Amino acid sequence: MRKMEITDLLNSHIPKYISLPNVQIDMDTIEVSNLNRQFLFRQSHVGQSKAKVARDAVLKFRPHINIKPYHANVKDPEFNVDFFKQFNVVLNGLDNLDARRHVNRLCLAADVPLVESGTTGFLGQVTVHVKGKTECYECQPKPAPKTYPVCTITSTPSKFVHCIVWAKDLLFAKLFGDKNQDNDLNVRSSDAASSSENVEDVFVRRNDEDIEQYGRKIFDHVFGYNIELALSNEETWKNRNRPKPIYSKDILSDELAQPNGNVDKKCAFDDEFSVSAMASLGMKNPQDIWSLKENSRIFLEALRLFFTHRGKDVGNLTFDKDDQLAVEFVTAAANIRAASFGIPPYSLFEAKGIAGNIVHAVATTNAVIAGLIVIETIKVLQNDIKSYRMTYCLEHPSRKMLLMPVEPFEPNKSCYVCSETPLSLEINTKRAKLKDFVEKIVKAKLGMNLPLIMNSSNLLYEAGDVEDDMVAIYSANLEKVLAELPSPVTGGTMLTVEDMQQEFVCNVNIKHREEFDEEKEPDSMVLSGWTQHVSAPENKDKPAANNGASTSGASVPAAESDEISIVSPTKKRKLTDVPNAPGNETRNHQDELQVIDDEDDLVMLEGNMEGFKKRKLS
Amino acid sequence: MDGDGEELTAQETALYDRQIRVWGADAQRRLSKAHVLVYGMKGTIAEFCKNIVLAGVGSLTLIDDRIASEEAFSSNFLIPLDENVYGGKTLAQLCCDSLKDFNPMVRVSVQKGDLSSFDVEFFNNFDVVVVSSCSLPAKKLANEKCRKISKRVAFYTVDCRDSCGEIFVDLQDYKYSKKKLEETIECHLRYPSFEEALSVPWRELPRKTSKLYFAMRVIEKFEEAEGRSAGEVSVADLPGVLKLKKELCTEQSLNESHVPDTLLERLVTSTLEFPPVCAIIGGILGQEVIKAISGKGDPLKNFFFFDAFDGKGIIENISNSNA
Repeated sequence: MRKMEITDLLNSHIPKYISLPNVQIDMDTIEVSNLNRQFLFRQSHVGQSKAKVARDAVLKFRPHINIKPYHANVKDPEFNVDFFKQFNVVLNGLDNLDARRHVNRLCLAADVPLVESGTTGFLGQVTVHVKGKTECYECQPKPAPKTYPVCTITSTPSKFVHCIVWAKDLLFAKLFGDKNQDNDLNVRSSDAASSSENVEDVFVRRNDEDIEQYGRKIFDHVFGYNIELALSNEETWKNRNRPKPIYSKDILSDELAQPNGNVDKKCAFDDEFSVSAMASLGMKNPQDIWSLKENSRIFLEALRLFFTHRGKDVGNLTFDKDDQLAVEFVTAAANIRAASFGIPPYSLFEAKGIAGNIVHAVATTNAVIAGLIVIETIKVLQNDIKSYRMTYCLEHPSRKMLLMPVEPFEPNKSCYVCSETPLSLEINTKRAKLKDFVEKIVKAKLGMNLPLIMNSSNLLYEAGDVEDDMVAIYSANLEKVLAELPSPVTGGTMLTVEDMQQEFVCNVNIKHREEFDEEKEPDSMVLSGWTQHVSAPENKDKPAANNGASTSGASVPAAESDEISIVSPTKKRKLTDVPNAPGNETRNHQDELQVIDDEDDLVMLEGNMEGFKKRKLS
Repeated sequence: MDGDGEELTAQETALYDRQIRVWGADAQRRLSKAHVLVYGMKGTIAEFCKNIVLAGVGSLTLIDDRIASEEAFSSNFLIPLDENVYGGKTLAQLCCDSLKDFNPMVRVSVQKGDLSSFDVEFFNNFDVVVVSSCSLPAKKLANEKCRKISKRVAFYTVDCRDSCGEIFVDLQDYKYSKKKLEETIECHLRYPSFEEALSVPWRELPRKTSKLYFAMRVIEKFEEAEGRSAGEVSVADLPGVLKLKKELCTEQSLNESHVPDTLLERLVTSTLEFPPVCAIIGGILGQEVIKAISGKGDPLKNFFFFDAFDGKGIIENISNSNA
């Protein structure tokens, strides 16, 4: 995204570096909402490859520059360590944590300096990472995408975002997504088996079933019947407010349609992209907060329109924030559920932001960060190590500063990425399967893409291109419980996990544990051993899959998620404190540098200014 | 700057979605009705213009009758490289053509003439005035004219030399409200004019006041004394500049260490702008103007300094109430 701007400035500034090959990788295509700040793009470019259009635009400013665009995902295998070794420096303008970690590891493996950056609204930062000399991008743990316990989503929501996740990942998926996917809708902590047959009947639409009737049936099932079922479990509601069941006949009593009566009402749509329940019902303003009645109308109309106008999509849709009808449906469903549980409703505009994990963004902050990126990049190209800075762009000044530079710290000796420290994992080896370990720990937590798992010299699992005779063995292993693997994994075992592409190896010591807290440790796994620095993690990345607040809402996730646990803070040392560090010779403008006092040790929390201020006082 | 009235069009809502999530639909509506005047089309101003055009202001008027030269596009990305295209045209004209492209919903136009020739009535057409590449007397004059208008006209100056930048803000008597937790707080700021700010005796300013402030004032005074236009200095002038610095420091009873010779040397030697600093200053300035138009957010008061050598972006409050 913003990489386009960076490249532009970088190239317009450094004519003498024209001969450096310059490569841009971006898998995105251009959208209208990009145009408010990604100024190399125009309306006419919507739908085209960002990497290619950016290259063309930059060449207009500086025709003699050598730029190679790749319309591809930076995680693709072609971008391996040898690929990265070609470069003097790598600039990241990525929008998700996963990709950033991936690139971090490749830069470490290739020993190429990395200039990282990010913005959210008015906040931003630029950081420099050089192997062996500064912290790597992962030396300070970044909060994982926020996840919620299944029971909170299915039974006991207390915040609007829980309703959104329910509407998006459960209801929308159940109605319009892949029928073969597992779905937790209707799962309750008490006996779920007895009602599962009924559930299947309800959601499957019979061939001749009137669409309006089907819609009301679904409405009544999820907002009425399911709530009543939940209410019948007294235990759940001992210390919680009871939800209210909602039935369509009560909300829309005056509008119950005759069967087939209203099929040809409403307006026609130009094409499938403009199909909209709001338009159909004459509701114009996405910033309005709808009443329960309006939400119910939107719910039913959106459902109807999916079947009547986009029937071919039903059964293979995933939620897309740019799908107007999907956003309308999810907003309405979330609002109705919220009403049931006494949670205040949100407008479509706001709901879209939450459901779509939209990061708010403006051209000005991006411009400031882009300028700072160029300045750091020049320092890197000149190997001016002592002058590298991590720079934070604040919304409110701190000690008169809107732009705050901080000296980089030396690598975290207990960072499992750049210092190869082993980790510990508490897990029930008699119940957990290898695939749980692979999905939840190796891929999700450790950020590996194509992992390899070994127990001593025994290969338990390997992803990617694998010989035919091994495929069946690995598939079988995934389904096995850890203690029952061909090479059993029990308490005291040390597993080696590796990603060949990232050239990243990590050792995990297994500790057997019988019981886990369902609420606090929903995955039944606890990973630890990573010592954190004094400061708290940044939260600049929007969460990927499992949804959380879309904006710069800060903070380490609460006890709900099984985050890497923090042992004890270590004292950090600044680069210039380290004796014999290269680049410690004085330079003639060293005198101009202001003293950076101790308070600059503190790392900015994006969005969490309150947290920052508290730490200053202590 | 009346915020009431028509709602945003569907086109505007789609285009501005990400920034509306930052400052709200109401602020976006105000932006679409705002008229901005800009003088002096160098690199930093080009960046600023790009930012506010993307943000969706109502109109942008450019003044700069200088004919384009090769020097112009070393740091102004709006100037096309092709001599067939740029030959003979003024900087304002070229920038106007480029800027229109960024956002067809913004009216971008050119006004010919010298800044000092415009009367108070002319400035009354605008909500925001930004001047750059401007001598000290011309800055003061423009500021005074803006202050004579009954509706509030926000006034800014911006100046980038070597790898440093300075922004000055004058919002006159500025009232705005902001939300703190659940409460709405009414804020009231009183800004000094450029002349008033400069009249604050140096020795009364806080000890750690940015050295760049004093350095810029020395060079400004030098240019005025020598009858130069803004930025018309070179390393040959260094002895004269250092001499003036000594005189001013004596006059102001300020220790000379507050105005390092090395800094002055940098500022007179490289008069070209440094593109990443243009982006940074243009970005900060853009954000300030958006705040002033929308009435949302704490505006900076009243100077901002950036020096790439130390990487700090600092706000200084240079006013009589502060000294």
